[in-house]
Amino acid sequence: MNRISFTKKTLAVVLLLISTGGVCAGINGKSLYQHNCAACHGDGGKGGVGVPLGLESFQVTISDSYLFSTIRNGRPGRVMPAFKRMSDAQIDAIIKYVRRFVKSSKQSIRVTYSSKSIKGDIKAGAKIYQKNCAACHGAKGEGGKGTGVTFSRPRDLPIIAPALANSGFLKSASDSMIKQTLVKGRKGTPMVSFLQKGLKMKDIDNVVAYIRSFEKLAAANEKKLSHDAKAKNLSPVIKVRSEYDLKTTVANLQKAVAASNYKLIRTQYLNQGLVEKGKENKKQVILYFCNFNQLNTALAIDPRVGLFLPCRLTVAETKDGVFIYAVNSSRLSQLYNNAELSKICGAMRVTYMAIIEEATL
Amino acid sequence: MRQKITKYLPLLALMGVFFMNNGFAQDLMMVRSKQAFPETMTDLQNAIIKHGYKISRIQRVDIGLTKAKYKTDKYRVVFFGKQDEIEKISRDYPDIIAYLPLKISIFAEGEQTLVVGMNPEKLSEFYPQAGLQLYFKRWKHDYQSIFDGLVK
Repeated sequence: MNRISFTKKTLAVVLLLISTGGVCAGINGKSLYQHNCAACHGDGGKGGVGVPLGLESFQVTISDSYLFSTIRNGRPGRVMPAFKRMSDAQIDAIIKYVRRFVKSSKQSIRVTYSSKSIKGDIKAGAKIYQKNCAACHGAKGEGGKGTGVTFSRPRDLPIIAPALANSGFLKSASDSMIKQTLVKGRKGTPMVSFLQKGLKMKDIDNVVAYIRSFEKLAAANEKKLSHDAKAKNLSPVIKVRSEYDLKTTVANLQKAVAASNYKLIRTQYLNQGLVEKGKENKKQVILYFCNFNQLNTALAIDPRVGLFLPCRLTVAETKDGVFIYAVNSSRLSQLYNNAELSKICGAMRVTYMAIIEEATL
Repeated sequence: MRQKITKYLPLLALMGVFFMNNGFAQDLMMVRSKQAFPETMTDLQNAIIKHGYKISRIQRVDIGLTKAKYKTDKYRVVFFGKQDEIEKISRDYPDIIAYLPLKISIFAEGEQTLVVGMNPEKLSEFYPQAGLQLYFKRWKHDYQSIFDGLVK
């Protein structure tokens, strides 16, 4: 009995160490950052798909608890994922590493804020918000469009205005932190100090109260995302049987693609390039096509979407007949945590269906 | 029994280190290479081949991008696979055909390069059939290894 107990305990300890990543290597903030954050936020926090974390004016107004909550909860619908499986110690290690991005003569940055609510006149705050904030943050706090400064395309701004009506943001930012941001502004971004704009502390309190009032809207947005997430129940693939033979189905699809204002890029066999020329499986054919305006629009919203471009339909002759297959973009859009992109993916699904319908009539 | 466990403890610990990774695999796997696009592209292709796959095609996804005022036209999707796997899987599980062959996208960001792939284990959510799970796990492991190699 003791032996069995010893075995179980030993294995449990080993498995625990493995699962928490605690064996030998310890917790390394730099490594964690590089593996989980650098792809979006850039080396040294220069930014990219994500916020430039190395911006000093950003760091001096955010607390560690804001960073912690942001990593833990992410920003639903705004690309930044929630790292639910990361341990507290690992998140702390990342924060310590991120804090090192700001090399200044000042002491290491330690910002703490009260969690106390700030009282203000929401209606008065709404007026000030519409005049001073809405142009960047959106009339309803939906945030700037796009995902950041990535893809080397010209952008005037080093940062995309964050969505304020976002449950992840509102969970992470205390009223005091929002107020401090309004008071100080963020040098190097279009966010200027409200005091410099001539507003008074009372006005700022009113804006804070208004931003906090986004909580209902944020909850509704999150609920909608969760509703959209029910798309998870959708099939990952669109599959339609064709009554025509494979050759006719492919020809019909080619015509339908052109008629839908897409350019047919090429038609090839599924295993083309993997087998010797002439030995391809001629019963599996892929059609690639594209609408360049749509492509550019999608890439501007999220450059990572190129992974599923160009558009594609696969035709296969199986023992049960000829079928047309397409990736269900509504289902796949969940990968990107990007509400804006999800709309385009929904439209793409409709287009796929229209093309397939036209070809199989 | 205790002796056996004690004997194998170092091995178990080593396995732990081997499988341990600082990356918390999201649905999309992404890495940033500090190298420029051409070098990273070469490394990516070599890594794919080193893991036993054949590259079937490299697709440009950037036609018209510079006309649309993008600074870069360095955006490619690398398609790859193993012929025997693709043949078997597409025959036994034709519904997965839209996701084959495997692919990884690569694009320039200034002097650095971003590499993105869909976590193949995500496919197990779409296709729970037992016969596919080992493929997904191995693909995920291979992707992780390929991506890790690009960071170093």
